[in-house]
Amino acid sequence: MTNNKQLELNRRTVMKLGAGVAAVAGAGVNLAPNAFASEPAATKAASLGSRVSRAEGPLKVAGKARYAIEQKLENMAYGVTVQATRPAGRIVNIDASVAKALPGVIDVYTFQNTLKINKPTVYSKGGGATEEFTPIQDDLVRFNGMHIALVVAETFETATEAASLLKVDYEDGDAILDINDPEAKPMLIEPMGVAWGDAKVGLDNAEVKIDVTYTTAREYNVPMEPHATIASWENGKITVWEPSQWVGGARSVVAEFLGIDIENVRVISPYVGGGFGSKIGAHPHVGLACVASRQLNRPVKVSLTRPQTFTGLGGRPATRQTLSIGASKDGTITSIVHESWNETAIDEVHVEACNNVTKIMYATPNFSSRLNVVPVNTVQPGWKRGPGENPSAYALESAIDELAYALNMDPVTLRLANWADVDPSNNMPWTTRQLREAYAAGAEAIGWWNRNPAPRSMREGRELIGYGMAAGSYPMIRTPSEAKIVFHTSGQVEVLSAATDMGTGTYTILAQTAADYLGVPVETVTVRLGDTSLPRSALAGGSQQANNLTGALVKAAENARTALVRLAASDPKSPLQSLKLPELTFEKGTIRPTRRPAGGISIAELLKAVGKDRLEIEGNTFASGATEDMKNAADRSFAQLKGATEGSVSAHSWCAQFVEVGVDEDFGTIRVKRMVAAFDSGRIFNPKLAESQWISGMVMGLGQTLLEEGYVDQRDGRTVNANFADYAIPVNADIPEIQVISVGIPDMQATALGGKGVGEIGVVGVAPAIGNAVFHATGRRIRSLPITLEKLV
Amino acid sequence: MRTFDYVRVENTSAAISEAAKPETRFLAGGTTLLDLMKLNVERPAHLVDITRLPGLDTIEVSTDVIRIGALAKMSKVAAHADIMDAAPVLSESLWRAASAQLRNMASIGGNLMQRTRCTYFRDPGAYPNCNKRNPGSGCAALEGINRNHAVLGISDACIAIYPGDFAVSLVAFDGTVLVRGKVERRIPIDEFYLLPRQTPNLEHQLSPGEMIVGIEIPRVAALKRSHYLKVRDRASYEFAAASAAVGIEFEADGKTVRDVRIALGGVATKPWRLRAVEEALKGKPIDEATLRTAAATAVDGAKSSGHNAFKIELTPKVVARALMTVGDIA
Repeated sequence: MTNNKQLELNRRTVMKLGAGVAAVAGAGVNLAPNAFASEPAATKAASLGSRVSRAEGPLKVAGKARYAIEQKLENMAYGVTVQATRPAGRIVNIDASVAKALPGVIDVYTFQNTLKINKPTVYSKGGGATEEFTPIQDDLVRFNGMHIALVVAETFETATEAASLLKVDYEDGDAILDINDPEAKPMLIEPMGVAWGDAKVGLDNAEVKIDVTYTTAREYNVPMEPHATIASWENGKITVWEPSQWVGGARSVVAEFLGIDIENVRVISPYVGGGFGSKIGAHPHVGLACVASRQLNRPVKVSLTRPQTFTGLGGRPATRQTLSIGASKDGTITSIVHESWNETAIDEVHVEACNNVTKIMYATPNFSSRLNVVPVNTVQPGWKRGPGENPSAYALESAIDELAYALNMDPVTLRLANWADVDPSNNMPWTTRQLREAYAAGAEAIGWWNRNPAPRSMREGRELIGYGMAAGSYPMIRTPSEAKIVFHTSGQVEVLSAATDMGTGTYTILAQTAADYLGVPVETVTVRLGDTSLPRSALAGGSQQANNLTGALVKAAENARTALVRLAASDPKSPLQSLKLPELTFEKGTIRPTRRPAGGISIAELLKAVGKDRLEIEGNTFASGATEDMKNAADRSFAQLKGATEGSVSAHSWCAQFVEVGVDEDFGTIRVKRMVAAFDSGRIFNPKLAESQWISGMVMGLGQTLLEEGYVDQRDGRTVNANFADYAIPVNADIPEIQVISVGIPDMQATALGGKGVGEIGVVGVAPAIGNAVFHATGRRIRSLPITLEKLV
Repeated sequence: MRTFDYVRVENTSAAISEAAKPETRFLAGGTTLLDLMKLNVERPAHLVDITRLPGLDTIEVSTDVIRIGALAKMSKVAAHADIMDAAPVLSESLWRAASAQLRNMASIGGNLMQRTRCTYFRDPGAYPNCNKRNPGSGCAALEGINRNHAVLGISDACIAIYPGDFAVSLVAFDGTVLVRGKVERRIPIDEFYLLPRQTPNLEHQLSPGEMIVGIEIPRVAALKRSHYLKVRDRASYEFAAASAAVGIEFEADGKTVRDVRIALGGVATKPWRLRAVEEALKGKPIDEATLRTAAATAVDGAKSSGHNAFKIELTPKVVARALMTVGDIA
C-alpha cells in the first residue's frame, strides 16, 4: 500500500490526468479544412456502398490467417507470468529456487531479479499507453492479479509448471475493493463536469421529479483472441507481433518500455481477433516479453491465459450514477442533475465519461453533471465499446423511461417533446441528427404503437411480455491519416496502411474505396495492414478508423489519377505522350484521350510502356503545412485527434433501440425476443459490414444487460469468475432475431466521405432498452446491471 | 503442468490393471480432466486412455431396462431415438448440458465423474485452503462469492455444488452404475455420490482401479412421461441455477398420481432426490396449487451461504413447473 505522502502525490497526478483527459476530449486540433469536400464525391463504380463480403473471411474460416501469436520463430522461448494473489501490501520475498531448478527453465524475473521496464507515457499525457503500471519494478502489490513475475522456459508447459512453483511471501496491506467501500476516497474530476443554467433551482421548481441511482458491474472485453505477444530482439532492434488496435501506439510504448529509439521498433499485427477497446494500448505483459527478449537475445512469446486476461488488463469499470430529472406536467424537462462515480486503479486514473450522452441528448434550460473516480485495488480499467456513452445512456435513458411513466406519457413522445435542436451543451448546430427518423423507423418495425403501455399488461403463457426503447449517441472523432497506393504492371493494386483490422472490415472497405476511386475491379486490389512499416494511421478505436482511412485513401487515389495522367502525357515512352495534359482523362482505370473514349490504355499498360515495375502514390488528410512531428503524433498519440465539435458543429452518430422481452414470472429469467434498432451513422460504406458491427454491438449490449459481471471476492479482491464458464457472455441461444435499419444520410461536415461512426453506436442504448422492457413486462424497475434472475425471482 | 505418462489400453482388464498404479486417472473425453490438469487441480502421474476399449459405447433400450455404455458420447445418447421416446428426461438432461462440441467429446462415464465448478476449488494458486483438494485446510467458498454454491446437502467443510445434469435424471429414476474392478459391482446411483460431511475430498464410491463400464435405468411408466427443466440466466451452455428431473405416472383417471419422481440439480452437493415431495403427491389428483404446495417442501433443510439465497426461492418454482409440464397443466 502506498503511504500517505505518496497517495497525496498520486492524487495530484490523478487530477492532472483528469484534466488531461478533458483537454484531449475537447481539443480542436489541426486538420486541413480542405480535407473535407463540401459535397460527396460522385462514385465512379458501384463498389463503395455495396455489400461486399469480408476480404479476409475465407482465410480466417480456413485457418490460414496467421494471427500475431501464431508466428513461428526460430529459437523461441516461452514466458508465463505469475500474478499476485493479494490485493495490496508488499511482496517480502519470491523464492524461485524450485522453479529455476526445473529442467528447461531459462530464468525467472521478479522485482528481486528484475529487468528494467520504463514507464510508458499514457495517452492523456501525450503518449500511446493506456496504463503506466509496469510489472516487476518494485515490491508494491497494487491489485490481486497483477503480474509479479515472468518465468521463461524452453516450452510453454515447462514455464507453466515452473510458474506454479514460485513461493511468494506477502506482507498484507489494507485494500479498497469496491466502489461502495466507505473507506474509499472518491475524487472529483472537475474539468469533465458540465453545467449550465441553475440545475438545482430548476429541479426544486419542477412539477414532476424523478430521483434515481443506476449501477453497472465491472465488465471485461473478453475478445475471442486472448492477449499475447511475441517480442524478438535482434541487433538493437525489436520486432513485436502483437494483436493491436493501434500499432503506432504500441510502437511508441515498446520504445519507451525499452528506452530505445522508436525507429528501432517494428510492431506487426496482421489480424486481430477482436479487441473492443482492450487492444488499443500495449499492456504490461508486452513490456515483460520485450525486456526478456532483449535480455535473452532470442524471441520470447508471452501468452496470457484466459483467466490472466481478466487482470492482465482492465475492462469497463463498475459505475454508479445518480440522476434527478425535473419536468413540467406537459413533459418539458426543466432540469437534469447528474453525478457519476467509476472505479479506477489505486494509483492511476481512468475516467468513464458517464455524461457523454446525458449532456447532449435533450434540450433542458438547466443542467449539471459531475464525474468522480473511486480508486480501488483493481487493474487499471480500460475502454470497452462505447466507453462513457454506454453507461451514460444506460442511466439517462432508463431515467427518461421512469419520467415517462411518472408523467403518464409515451416514452417516444416524451423524447420528441424534449428534442434538442442544437447541441445543448454548447449551442452548436448538429451536423446531421436523423434521430427522429430513427425513432419512427424503430417504432414502426417493432410495432411499438400496438403494445399496451401499462406495466405487466401483456403475457404469453407464463411469460410476461414487455417492450422497451432507448436512444443513444456516439461522438464523431477523427484523426488525420496516410495511405499509399502501389500500382503493379500485373494490374494488381496494393493499398497500404499501418491501421489494423479487428474483424470490422478494414481490409474490405479499403479495397472497395480504392476500386471505386480508381475505377478498377475490386478483385485487383490487395490491402496490406497492421505493420508500423506501412503509412501512418491513428488507432482503430473511437469508431473513427473507417472514415480516417477512406478519407486518406481517396486523397491517395486523387493524387494517383493526377500522377498517372501526368505520366501518360510526359513520359517519352508513353503511347499517349503526343497529347497534352488537358487532353487526357482518367476513367475506369484507364488513361485516355478526352475526346476518344476507345483510345485509352490501362494503368498496367502505361507502367509497362514507360518501363516502371511499380508506381507508389501517397495521400493523406493532414493540413498542407503538417510537419513530420505532427504526422508522427497522429500515428502515436491522440494529439492530432479532432473532437466531435471541431469547426463549431457537433457531430455524432445516433441510434434508437427497441426490444421485446419475455420474463418468466416464476424464474425471473429474461429472454430477449426481438431487437430492432435504427442507426444514423451517416453514409454507409458497406451495409453488410456496418450491419454486422451494429448487430454485434447489440449482442454485446445484451450480454452487459443480462449476464456480464466480474465477481470480486471482497476479502481479497480476486476476480473469482475469470473464465468463460463463470463470466457468461451471450451464446447463440440468447440472441433473437435482430433487425437493423440505416436512417443516416451522408454527413459531409463530419467526414470527408460523409460517413459517421459505426462500431460503437450499436451497443449504446441496449441496456436501458432491455431494462425498460423488463419494467414494462413485470412492473419492476431493476436499476443495476446485470439483471440476473435473482433480481426478479 | 506436471509431466505425466500416457498409455492407451486395448481392453478393460488392461485398463484396470494400469489404473491400480498410484496417481492414475482414466482419460475418456477429457472435457473435465484436461481442464483440471491445466488448472493444476488434477496432477496425475499416469493417464490411461480408455477411448479405444471395445464394446463400451453401446446404447440398448429393451423392454424393462435401458443400458448405456460408459464410452457412449453424450451427444449420441441425447439424440438416440429410443431414448428420446422411452426416457425424455435422459435425452433432455444431456442436451441441455455443456455445448454441442463438449457433448460430442464427453462420455457418459466421464459425465458421472464430472467434478464441481466451485471457483475456489479450481484456483489452487490463490486458494490453498480447500477441504476438497487439501482435507482439513478449510473452505474459501463459505464466506466467499457463493452465488452458485449448494444450499442442500452442505456441511461446514464444503458447499461445493454437484454441477451435472444427467446424473440428476439417473437419481430420479433409480439408475445403477455398473463398475468393474477386481470384481464387478452394481452401485445404486443415489449411493454412488457421497455427501461432503467432513470429507469432501471423497466424492463417490469408486475405489482406485475401479472403472465405470455402464449405467442401467429401469424402465418405469413415469420415465416415459418425464422431463428435465433447467433454469439459468444464459439460455444455453451454463450450469443450472436450479434444475429438476421429473416424471409422472397417472392412475387410469389421468389425473391422480400413481408414481412420481423428482430430483434436483444445481442446488445440492450431490444429485438430490425429493422422496418426501414424491410421497406427498402420490395418490393425489394434481392441479397447480397442489403441485406448488408440495414443491414448497423441496428446500426443507436448505441453508443459504449468502449469495445463493435465491436458489431457495427458485427451487420450488422449478419443481412445480417441471411437474406441471409433465402433468400437461403448464
